[in-house]
Amino acid sequence: MLIKLARLSLWNRRGTVLLTLLSLTISLVLLLGIDHIRKEARSSFTNTVSGTDLIVGARSGQLNLLLYSVFRIGNATANVSWATYERISRHPQIAWTIPLSLGDSHRGYRVLGTNQGYFEHFRYASSQQLQFAEGVPFAGVYDAVLGAEVAKRLGYVLGQEIVLAHGIGAVSFSEHKDKPFTVVGILAPTGTPVDQTVHVSLEGIEAIHIDWQQGAPMPGRQVSAEQALEMDLTPKAITAFMVGLNSRMATFVVQRQINEFRGEPLTAILPGVALAELWQMLGMVENMLLLITLLVLVAALVGMMTTLLASMRERQREMAILRAVGASPWYLFWLIQLEVLLLTSVAMLSSAVLLLAALWGVQDYLAANYGLFISLSPFSLQSLYWAGGILAAAALLACVPALVAYRRALTDGLSIRL
Amino acid sequence: MTTKPKFPAIELKDLKFWYQPGGWQLAIPKLSLSSGQHLFVRGASGSGKTTLLNLLCGITVPNAGEIWLNGMALHQLSASRRDKLRASEIGVVFQQLNLIPYLSVLDNVLLRAAFARAPAAAMQQRARELLTALGLGDNYWQQKASQLSVGQQQRVAIARALLTQPTLLIADEPTSALDADNRDAFMQVLLSEADKSGTTVIFVSHDSQLQRYFHYQLAMTALEQGVVAC
Repeated sequence: MLIKLARLSLWNRRGTVLLTLLSLTISLVLLLGIDHIRKEARSSFTNTVSGTDLIVGARSGQLNLLLYSVFRIGNATANVSWATYERISRHPQIAWTIPLSLGDSHRGYRVLGTNQGYFEHFRYASSQQLQFAEGVPFAGVYDAVLGAEVAKRLGYVLGQEIVLAHGIGAVSFSEHKDKPFTVVGILAPTGTPVDQTVHVSLEGIEAIHIDWQQGAPMPGRQVSAEQALEMDLTPKAITAFMVGLNSRMATFVVQRQINEFRGEPLTAILPGVALAELWQMLGMVENMLLLITLLVLVAALVGMMTTLLASMRERQREMAILRAVGASPWYLFWLIQLEVLLLTSVAMLSSAVLLLAALWGVQDYLAANYGLFISLSPFSLQSLYWAGGILAAAALLACVPALVAYRRALTDGLSIRL
Repeated sequence: MTTKPKFPAIELKDLKFWYQPGGWQLAIPKLSLSSGQHLFVRGASGSGKTTLLNLLCGITVPNAGEIWLNGMALHQLSASRRDKLRASEIGVVFQQLNLIPYLSVLDNVLLRAAFARAPAAAMQQRARELLTALGLGDNYWQQKASQLSVGQQQRVAIARALLTQPTLLIADEPTSALDADNRDAFMQVLLSEADKSGTTVIFVSHDSQLQRYFHYQLAMTALEQGVVAC
């Protein structure tokens, strides 16, 4: 009877109830959605690079180095000379290195000059190797391997010729038109910045700059693509390199040795540590966002309470009738509580459905535009805690109108004030 | 119908009630009605009618004195016991707006059964019989209460009040919203159905024309001064 009364009473006031439900649902979708995307972003973020013990670049802050070497954000302050790179690669503790040469772009996507070691040693997520969706790693000087997103967005297929641009703008006025590259491979999606990268060989990078100096073509000196192949294409400098060690135990020793390297000022960072530090900075924003959505939820709950409190006036008759037929004041208290719990439960259910639909809808968009791969399962054990907490908060706030009902039941008795 | 012979249906002894000590007080030295005896209480609004009704229903308890309902000491029971007792032993009919508008006619009548813990099937049966006897046939049962006329609503209220065959039926100006024809019809069905249920009716009204339906009368103005009534 209690449930039937609560249900029918809510239905009787469906206009205001639906609005309350709507505001509750929206705030719950916000809360659950932001919480989910936050977790997914964190895992996506910390998964960008794994298996690499050190990243080495010219002396700079560790975040700067991390940002340009891993996330392709910003620029290096200085380069690392090829001689230094070769010398450090021969360190007995170092198992492998991946040279990284940045600075060019293709239609807004960064171009990374590297070697075959990249496809062999680079790992992301939980030690996953790069997989080819199509084609093979680059072998020739003018071969290019595209990240999944680059190929998808620009509609490139194997065999396509692409022209690299100097600098990193989406629109560039100085292009390496004379030396086009051929797409030989397309990587499978990774959800990391790799997807947004065009990979070429270090020799390719060297070749397109062979007739350039100080960031501009040298006037009066043109070297054709074929001529360049005949020349020495050993790079003079690279931007940074990734290092894999024989033993993890040696990490700090090797890091110190590189940091104290006499020949050139270098910085070696532990990517895991730097990623965590970077995420901590972003985490502030993330926590603020979560806090704001929590406040939105509180506002919605308070709104619900206000609506209920306002409705208590028009429901005096209902309450007096229930008292007359034998309802105790506590019955009226629980009637209001039950209404609130019903409302909140319905709001939670509908927000879960809405969230799933929304995630399903934006999943491809996020993956395509931001390289953010979100799973379609936003619910975990923690969601149960959330649900419990929200119900508890709703019940707590519902005590206000419920106690009003209880008190009125005692003082007004059977009189109906009209 | 069977009567409840042993005890008076309702008995008040030296009843006193006040909101603040030394202020206005309601005093009834003695009032006793046996089963089937109906009482007309006459008084203008503000004369303490509502207070008396709340006392008789067990919503409030007297500051002094005793209220016995069919041999049970209402003044000694706990609040929750009084609520349960009201569900089964006391029916109430208000001035108007007796029904919960979003429930069907039948559900409005059966509302009582849920609190009285009475067997559902028997209550269903009785609700249908009562409604039919009160001139509300089966085509009304599933209608929303708000779709009925005022006169029909008041008759549904009688059905609900009498559903559990209570000892006492308290009616608070139930005819004030009715026209003369409806009023007389209402009085007749109320009293005849109450008689069939063996229920004692306490009828409160300022309309002295209705006195003729009752054997016993009580004027509220007399109570204010603490004068013995019945």
